[in-house]
Amino acid sequence: MTFPVEDRQGFSVVMLSGEIDLNNSPDARKVILNSLKKMKHVMVDLSNVDYIDSSGVASLVEGFQYARSNELEFGLIGVSEAAMSVLRLARLDQVFRIYGSLDERLANGG
Amino acid sequence: MAVPVSRMTSPGPVIEVRDLVTCYGDQKILDGVSLTVEPGEIMVIMGGSGSGKSTLLRYLLGLHRADGGEIRLFGKDISTLSSREWMALRRKIGVSFQGGALFNSMDVGENVRMPLREHTSLDENTMRIMARMKLEVVNMAGFEHLMPAQLSGGMIKRAALARAIVMDPAILFFDEPSAGLDPVVAADLDNLILRIRDAMQVSMVVVTHELESAFKIADRITVLDRGRILMIGTVDEVRGSDNPRIRNLLTRTSEDEPVDADEYLRRLTEGARRI
Repeated sequence: MTFPVEDRQGFSVVMLSGEIDLNNSPDARKVILNSLKKMKHVMVDLSNVDYIDSSGVASLVEGFQYARSNELEFGLIGVSEAAMSVLRLARLDQVFRIYGSLDERLANGG
Repeated sequence: MAVPVSRMTSPGPVIEVRDLVTCYGDQKILDGVSLTVEPGEIMVIMGGSGSGKSTLLRYLLGLHRADGGEIRLFGKDISTLSSREWMALRRKIGVSFQGGALFNSMDVGENVRMPLREHTSLDENTMRIMARMKLEVVNMAGFEHLMPAQLSGGMIKRAALARAIVMDPAILFFDEPSAGLDPVVAADLDNLILRIRDAMQVSMVVVTHELESAFKIADRITVLDRGRILMIGTVDEVRGSDNPRIRNLLTRTSEDEPVDADEYLRRLTEGARRI
């Protein structure tokens, strides 16, 4: 499974959708890391994610880890309540940069 | 609470037990047990020693074949599953055993990662992060390099819980979570169980004889007595029950029941089971 990546206003936006679990989280991981190798500013859009398991969240953490060590920007947008509850459980909601939308990130100036 | 479709392969209960009968030799251990567990529900199995609650857990885990009745997990009769189907189903089940059942030769991190190694081909870094996330959840972050022998009782329970949830199970079986823990640590573990249920939308079957813990975490309670179900109900329903055996369990008093001389004699002379 491939997840689309949209280029918007200097950002790569990785569009995850549906259920992110053990079956497709390696694909999500690959798309996220590839995007970070190409662009300095990457957002992962979770607004169409119905469910994300720990392997999916671990892929997000790996993206964040890569961005930090390479001085890139990495954030999450449109985090659904289902995804947020999983992030909250491991207190990752306090670790990731989370925005309501790309517009909110642009308005905040980073 | 919305449960993602993939976490329930069929609508309806995640666990259905119908007229389960299990025997040890010619002695019935469970006798006509029927219950259901709904998605996202915490079902506590309660009962005194010898009531059959741990036996029920072992049959739910498919460790033994029932002598009668049927157990369905996610709508599938587990007695009819091929080993391949059973392995696929096991990926959706987490188990935290009473003693923790950690592998003594592995450190905490390796113990927690073990189900991922067994059931997935995820990248090593992904597995490490997943295991550390779960250790963070159970407040064991930074202890991954300790060996089980270096852990306290409460830490062993929490490490075992981290391993049980590392695959994000849809059903979590928990055998005596509070046994052997001091009241404060036990209360912390109860809170943790509730947090995990709420965040991961996992259905749980918790076997316990700790009343306080049962009343705190249960959505419903199944009360077992001598292999039979005395009652299935909410916390309030069980608390309000006027069944003398349930009252005895709740007030921790032993029964003083009338002696049937013939039956008593048969027990002494023929080894018959107490009815």
